[in-house]
Amino acid sequence: MTGALGWPRRPRWAPETGPPGALLLTWRQYRLERRMFWRNPTAAFFNFLLPLLFLALFGAIFAGSQRDLDVIVPGIAGMSVMSTTFVALAMNVTFLREQGILKRLRGTPLPSGSYLGALALHAVTNTALQIGLVVLAGRLFFGVGWPEEPFALALFTAAGVACFAALGVALSHAIPNFDSAPAYVNAIFLPVVVLSGVFYDAETAPAFLRDIAQALPLTHLVDGLSAAMVSGSPLRDHLSDLVVIGLWAAGGAALAVRGWAWQARDE
Amino acid sequence: MQTVSDAPAILVRDLRKAYGSTEALQGIDFEVARGEVFGLLGPNGAGKTTTVEILEGYRERSGGIVSVLDMDPGQRPIQLRRRVGIVLQSSGMYRHLTVREAVEHWAALYPDPRDVDETVALAGLEDKADQRTRRLSGGQLRRLDFALALVGDPELVFLDEPTTGFDPAARRSAWETVRRLQALGKTVLLTTHYLDEAQALCDRVAIVKDGRVLAVGAPAQLGVGGTSRYRVSWRDGAGELVAQETDDPTALLHRLTSAALARGEALADLSVTRPSLEDVYLELTAEEAR
Repeated sequence: MTGALGWPRRPRWAPETGPPGALLLTWRQYRLERRMFWRNPTAAFFNFLLPLLFLALFGAIFAGSQRDLDVIVPGIAGMSVMSTTFVALAMNVTFLREQGILKRLRGTPLPSGSYLGALALHAVTNTALQIGLVVLAGRLFFGVGWPEEPFALALFTAAGVACFAALGVALSHAIPNFDSAPAYVNAIFLPVVVLSGVFYDAETAPAFLRDIAQALPLTHLVDGLSAAMVSGSPLRDHLSDLVVIGLWAAGGAALAVRGWAWQARDE
Repeated sequence: MQTVSDAPAILVRDLRKAYGSTEALQGIDFEVARGEVFGLLGPNGAGKTTTVEILEGYRERSGGIVSVLDMDPGQRPIQLRRRVGIVLQSSGMYRHLTVREAVEHWAALYPDPRDVDETVALAGLEDKADQRTRRLSGGQLRRLDFALALVGDPELVFLDEPTTGFDPAARRSAWETVRRLQALGKTVLLTTHYLDEAQALCDRVAIVKDGRVLAVGAPAQLGVGGTSRYRVSWRDGAGELVAQETDDPTALLHRLTSAALARGEALADLSVTRPSLEDVYLELTAEEAR
C-alpha cells in the first residue's frame, strides 16, 4: 500500500498491525523533514549554496596558490558543518516553537525521541551531502586530492555535527522571537567563521585572535578536517581537537536539554 | 479495542493552578460524560485555556485530581495521546506541505486512523486538498486544525475556542462539524466565550470566571435554582410594568392572581420568564462590576 506521498506507508521492516512503532515514526518524520527542506528554497539556499558560493569565490581568489586552496577547502567544509547544523537548527527550532508547530506535535502520539531523532538525522544528511559536495569540488576544481583519512573525516564530521547541533538548539532557547533569529545566529556564526580560520590559515593571525580562536570549536573542527582531507597527519595528533569539540558538545547538549521547551515562552 | 467504561470521560476535582502567587485556577470541579459535548464558558482570562491545557497534558497542575479517559494527563501517556484529538487555540503548521500530505502524515501517527480523504472532506477542505498550507486562509487553516485533530479517530476531542475570529458562515460550518462528532458518539470538550455557541452545541456547560466554576448545567436549565430566579412581570393598576424575581413562581402567581381577582382586576401583560443563558452568564460574570 502506498500513500499519497508516493512512498510505502509502512516499510517492509515495520510490523503490519498495532500502533506505529517509534522507529517507523522516526523514519516518517525524517522523510517529511527531507521533503519540506527541498520545498523551502530559502532554507536550501542558506544551508547548501552559501558555503558553496564562498568556496567558489575564495577558490577563484586563491586560484594558483595551492597552499591557500588547501586551507580554504577544509575551512569551507567546517563552515558547512556549522551552517547545516548550528544555523539551521537555531533558526528552525525557533520558528517551529514560535509558530506552535512543536506544541501541536506534542499533542500527538509522536514520541519526542522519534521527533528529535528525525531532526538530528535530517541535519546529519544535510551535513553529509554538503561535505560530499565540498570534497568533490575540492577534487575537481581546486587541486585537492581525495581525503587522505576518510575515517578521520567521518569522525570529525560526526563530532562537529553533535557539537554544533547541540549549540544550535541551545541558542534557539535564547532567541526571543523569530524576527530576531537571523541577527542572533549571524552575530555568532559570522565572527566564528572568520576567527576560526575558515578563510585563512589561523596560524597567520595576530596572537590575541589566535588565542580566542583556540577556544572555539570550529577552529578545532577545521584543524581536524584539514588533517583528514589534506595533510593526512594522523588522528592521534588531533585528539586534543576532538577533546575541545567534545567539551563544547557536552556543554551545548546540557544547555539544549535544560532549556528545551515545546512552546513559546510568552504562553 | 478499548474497554467501554462507565467512568466519565473527564473528571476534574478541586483543580488548582498557581503561577507564582497568582492563582489562575482556584478549585475547578466538573465531569464530562462519554458522548457528551461539554462547554467551558467564560470571559477571557477566566481560566478556560489553563484548564483545557492541563487536561491535554500541556501544563502541570498545582493541585487537585484530573482523569481523562481514566488516565492522568499529567503523565502524558502515549495511550492517551492516541485516543485524544486536540484543536489548540492557535497553532501554526508546516507551510510547505499540501493539506492532504499533512493529514496523511498525521494519520500515520495513530493506530487506527480515519480515511484521509474522508477526514479532509469532513473538515470541508476537499477543494484545497492539494493546496500548500501556506496558501490557505485563516479559516481554512482552522479547518486543517480540525482535520489534523480528527484524523486519528479520537474518542475525545478538545476544541479551544474553535470559532474565534470566524465569520458567521464559517462558524456555522464549524458547528456542523462538532454536531457530526457528537453524532459519531465522540466526547467533546470545548471552550468558548460565545453564548450562542454554548447554547447551540453543548449538552452541558460550566460557566467559569476567575478560576472558579460558577454554575454547571444544561444550557436550557442553567438558571433554575442557584442564584437565578424566575421573573414574573405584569402591569399594575397605574399601567406601570412591574417585575418581581422569585424562586417559587407558583406561590407568587397564586398570591398575585388571587389578590387581583379579589379586587376584580385583571393583570395585564402577565408573564413568567426563565432567565436565558445570557442573563445567567451576565449575572454571574458581572458581579464584580456592580
